[in-house]
Amino acid sequence: MIALVAYITRLFKLLRAEVFVLPGRTVALFIILLLLIFPLISPETYVLRVIIIAGIYAIFAASWDLLSGFTGQINFGHALFFGVAAYTAAILNLNLGLAPWATIPLGAVAAVLAGLVVGIPCLRLRGTYLAFATLAFPLILVGVVYAIPSVTHGELGIYGIASLSASRITSYYIVIPSMLALGFIMWKISDSKTGLIFHAIREDEVTARASGINTTRYKLLAFCLSGLFAGIAGGLYAHFVKAAAPSTLELLLSFQAIIWAVFGGMATIYGPIAGVLILYPLTEYVLIKYFAVPTEARLLITGVIVLLVLLFMPQGLTTWFRDKTEKVCPRCKLQNVAWRKTCRVCAAELD
Amino acid sequence: MAENIIVYGLVSSGVYALLAVGFSLIFGVARIVNLAHTAFYMLAAYLIYSLAITLGLNLFLSIAIAIVAVIVAGIISYRLVIARVRQHEATTLIVTIALAVIIQEAILKGFGGNPRSVPKVISGATEIFGVGVLNQQLLTLGVVLVLILATWIFLMKTKSGVAIRSTAQDRETANLMGINVPRIEMLTMAISVGLAAIAGALVAPLFVLTPGMWTHPLVMVLAIVVLGGLGSLQGSLIGAIILGFAENLVVFLAPSGAFLKTSVALTIMLIVILIRPEGLFGVKFEEERG
Repeated sequence: MIALVAYITRLFKLLRAEVFVLPGRTVALFIILLLLIFPLISPETYVLRVIIIAGIYAIFAASWDLLSGFTGQINFGHALFFGVAAYTAAILNLNLGLAPWATIPLGAVAAVLAGLVVGIPCLRLRGTYLAFATLAFPLILVGVVYAIPSVTHGELGIYGIASLSASRITSYYIVIPSMLALGFIMWKISDSKTGLIFHAIREDEVTARASGINTTRYKLLAFCLSGLFAGIAGGLYAHFVKAAAPSTLELLLSFQAIIWAVFGGMATIYGPIAGVLILYPLTEYVLIKYFAVPTEARLLITGVIVLLVLLFMPQGLTTWFRDKTEKVCPRCKLQNVAWRKTCRVCAAELD
Repeated sequence: MAENIIVYGLVSSGVYALLAVGFSLIFGVARIVNLAHTAFYMLAAYLIYSLAITLGLNLFLSIAIAIVAVIVAGIISYRLVIARVRQHEATTLIVTIALAVIIQEAILKGFGGNPRSVPKVISGATEIFGVGVLNQQLLTLGVVLVLILATWIFLMKTKSGVAIRSTAQDRETANLMGINVPRIEMLTMAISVGLAAIAGALVAPLFVLTPGMWTHPLVMVLAIVVLGGLGSLQGSLIGAIILGFAENLVVFLAPSGAFLKTSVALTIMLIVILIRPEGLFGVKFEEERG
């Protein structure tokens, strides 16, 4: 009992010292808690469906950020990883009868292999050439999908595969905690030494190489890691909608990942997650339900919103919010609330 | 068979060439990857449809109005939107995608998703070497040839053309030599969108119009400019011919595998840039020369 009280006191101390000091972190904690208790507030199945899919896309957009935002290797064909994993999971489930807990990791492995297939030939390419070359891979695969209808069921896609779980609420509690955990892992990776090297590759690859970093290996690592997380998202998606269709490989999905990531703020991991969690429910539910926007106009409105937000916050939403509310202490490099005069830890003057 | 491949191959190569040259120009001069490029092409085709069919105007008048209107739309979107965010590369991409999606959705709202078609500018067919060719296809080829030549002469011989080329080579030096760089970029944007609009006007009578018609040419244009080498006009031309013919070869030689046409074209692009990472006629840009 005493141990429990001590534990809770420590938790509160930690929250007060590390979370409530910054508005960004407070908002993030609030949103995480809200997501975790959401089915208790509103068990409406359609709303849950929208949030589950938003959660899956959040993993997908964050994995794009891990590759493109951090290493600067702009990937225009990110849907490849998503689609490869979705198809692998669907085929394994339908033909071999494997359960979702087995097909999703295997799908992610397939996506890692796809990452290698794309990454190795693309190591020689840079900048815009790389972006346009990566664009080709998922579109070539769409042709292959149409060409072997006996395996992939062609244009219709594979449907009727096992569901993630029988009840919507269980699916919710599989997807949302996975999203939070994977997001946290990606954020940790981006915060580690590997993440620092990814940053260095984006800023100046030649200098990174001159500092003794094998940039080739790290770029391939970035492709594989990104493929892994995007693959998990693809597998979850296939089992949630119970289908794998060519739309998982389309150009639009690749572009969507970039839109979400840039809208939310690149090279942050939490930015793309925020981008999806704002834009997807907005397009699929909020605009239709609360603003009486007709279904056919919702993409138009979303496009205008993205355009306007980026005109005023060209670095993305979360980056703009962070820059407005936080200041870095010149002495100890810790983040402080923008309206503080002195640093919260070392009491140095903030400019 | 062979004659069909040649005729259709030439027509699609010509249309792709017009689109790719425009795309390449604005990329070379302002380093803007304009993903809304083919959306302007679609916009022109739909404007012609609405002016000529819905309002019943004369076809030639509608084509002229549509091209001017699209150029104005291009300049406005450049000034109000693209120019403001262009120092952020990724943001420029998203902003142009958003523009394209807005155009697509506006068209979907205005015209619905059903395919539309525009009457041919000149009807009938001509027999050349025993092959029947639609007059509209001949017109398309003629206009493409004239336009490419005109663009070439404009870039090589006129003062503005030299200014455009020098801005593409080295912005800073061009600026120091008294070239008004922002104005040159506006001019390039106008030419680029204008070429896209004319391409739209040319294909409107040949293809069916749907609100999704911009994605396939966009993919092809991206593949063509990479295949030919970014920022190189002759590269774009040759790339357009290679991929235009590759597509039609697949369609005519393997009609049951017509869905593979994009895959084949993109595979060719990939093979070429894996062998030559800077494309066939790649230009090294100032920031990369270092």
